[in-house]
Amino acid sequence: MSLPGSENMEHTFQEKVDQDIRIEPKDWMPDVYRKTLIRQISQHAHSEIVGMLPEANWITRAPSLKRKATLIAKVQDEAGHGLYLYSAAETLGISREEMVDQLLSGKAKYSSIFNYPTITWADMGAIGWLVDGAAIMNQVPLCRASYGPYARAMVRICKEESFHQRQGFEILLVLSKGSDAQRRMCQDAIDRWWWPSVMMFGPNDESSPHTAQSMRWKIKRFSNDDLRQRFVDVCAEQVKLLGMRLPDDQLKWNEERQHYDFGPIDWEEFRQVINGNGPCNKERLAARVQAHDDGAWVREAAMAHAEKRRQQQQRVA
Amino acid sequence: MTEQQWPLWEVFIRSKQGLDHKHAGSIHAADTAMAIENARDVYTRRMEGVSIWVVESKYIHASNPDEASSLYDPANDKIYRHPTFYDLPDELKHM
Repeated sequence: MSLPGSENMEHTFQEKVDQDIRIEPKDWMPDVYRKTLIRQISQHAHSEIVGMLPEANWITRAPSLKRKATLIAKVQDEAGHGLYLYSAAETLGISREEMVDQLLSGKAKYSSIFNYPTITWADMGAIGWLVDGAAIMNQVPLCRASYGPYARAMVRICKEESFHQRQGFEILLVLSKGSDAQRRMCQDAIDRWWWPSVMMFGPNDESSPHTAQSMRWKIKRFSNDDLRQRFVDVCAEQVKLLGMRLPDDQLKWNEERQHYDFGPIDWEEFRQVINGNGPCNKERLAARVQAHDDGAWVREAAMAHAEKRRQQQQRVA
Repeated sequence: MTEQQWPLWEVFIRSKQGLDHKHAGSIHAADTAMAIENARDVYTRRMEGVSIWVVESKYIHASNPDEASSLYDPANDKIYRHPTFYDLPDELKHM
């Protein structure tokens, strides 16, 4: 069967994806595939960059040198993850500058979870366990995404995320064995971070219109609700080791489904936070804008220095 | 004022002595020294490398995937370049 030009290309493209042949930067790809990937990868990169802020809050307040060193390493990893992802997105033809502009102008979205405040040390534990745990659940399947540079970045990220989750659980474990006040602090952090973490998987499948196409293109490998269920099942067991509880009265093992049932999600809260009305949206963005503006002279000076060196070398030669 | 952007560099890492450098990703930097330091910070935070190469992305020239069939065509019909092409008796040892 012979198909006309672009339809034919699209057919060949889908065949490659179906056969798990990775798509590489210079290969032909449908425009919408390219656009969707740029949006998905850059949003993820922005989330890593903004995600440094809630934890940076505790670097100077960490309870020990060990915890401080760990937290610095984790925040450095997040910067690294943002950079791996920006670099993957750049192979699709968007510049770094354009992505940074989209973030700073508020045009681009990032994960809504980072718009919540980190008010106690236990939040560092809850973020590691729940937020990074949810991120890992989302990201592991993307190591097999159809776009080569994206999949390779995800492999690197997933290897490093494992330490993030484990150090978080350890923080909570230590608190859970501490004084009454420490145990209360531990439970309080779980109470505040649980539902926002459950929301990290995005809207329910029936309100997620692009899922089918993204799954056909293998830039999403499981639906939001499937991943969310997996996350709830895992955490409902893990929380027992802490002797704490998840803040959901309807959480209950369902023998028939072989999954935990859980209570309804407050999608209105999710919508509000996504649309800029979360507790810290303005603060987070303002911090990024200030960091970018404050760094402008460094970027300019480095370019001027490089240019001067180039000219000196030319004169010698 | 539009800010001048730091150029893009491709990063290649030798993970240990005896292995080839392998493409790791890209970074932005003003000059070669900064490119190597940024590549170290971004791609070798856990001792993933013993040697780093950086090259400005604009100097990389790549083959065009649309022309792959004609580009590789010369090698396509030369199965006699492979050892299995030759029919030899099973009794023949050490070959």
